[in-house]
Amino acid sequence: MKLRIFVTLKPGVLDPQGKAIHKALDGLGFAGVNDVRQGKLIELDVADQTDDAQVDAMCRQLLANTVIENYRVERA
Amino acid sequence: MKTAVIVFPGANCDRDLAVALESVTGVKPDMVWHGDSTLPEGVGLVAVPGGFSYGDYLRSGAIAARSPIMRAVVEGAEKGLPVLGVCNGFQVLTEAGLLPGALMRNEGLNFVCRPVSLTVENAQSTFTGRYAQGETITIPVAHHDGNYFADADTLDRIEGEGRVAFRYAGTVNGSARGIAGLLNDRGNVLGMMPHPERRIEAAHGGDDGRRLFEGLLEAVGA
Repeated sequence: MKLRIFVTLKPGVLDPQGKAIHKALDGLGFAGVNDVRQGKLIELDVADQTDDAQVDAMCRQLLANTVIENYRVERA
Repeated sequence: MKTAVIVFPGANCDRDLAVALESVTGVKPDMVWHGDSTLPEGVGLVAVPGGFSYGDYLRSGAIAARSPIMRAVVEGAEKGLPVLGVCNGFQVLTEAGLLPGALMRNEGLNFVCRPVSLTVENAQSTFTGRYAQGETITIPVAHHDGNYFADADTLDRIEGEGRVAFRYAGTVNGSARGIAGLLNDRGNVLGMMPHPERRIEAAHGGDDGRRLFEGLLEAVGA
């Protein structure tokens, strides 16, 4: 079973990398970009019997730092 | 005092810490590999060094914080064993849950590498007894991810409990409330971005860092 884990910074947490990307887009002349936030996509290939609780534990214990990040799991 | 320095793949300040500890305690520290699951008998201090453990993969300190030896370090810290984390070591301690908050990419995105002025905010701790309250000291920093973050409630709580050990005297990395060094609630764990081990003798430009190790030795006892 393939999973895609999206890890994003919580709202309100400063994202200097997103800001730098935003500036670069402005520099390229793309108008109308209101905000940029950078996150991570982690792809997992797990045993079919892996349940939601196990995936949640993986996210909480390692893949995301829940002090600063949110995560969302998508089943491919 | 017997001390231990944890060695992770990608750490690069482990030997600097060992030199500083030996110079102050007179005893060569035990270098403990991250794959070990126990600390040597009778260790009075564990130092978690700076560097780029596991190439900063995933998040700085994230993988190192889940290594076998860190379970022993967390257990020791919970029983009162003094633990010092410097730079990447500070990141490892937050990732391991020994200190609150997280260290994020520097506000200006630059790697900051220079001596900085720090204000000693708490001179009563196990680690800071050789400093005067409110004293300004100079210790070098060298990091990309030193921008301390915690939510407002956590910041108010740690400030109220006197757990900010050191604060940047100027702007360095965008750290919340200028926090450069942070103690746990019990006061036996200190994480700091500046490198005290790089300021232990006149040839380094001063010995403000040495006093941290001397104070620690005095507090913990030989």
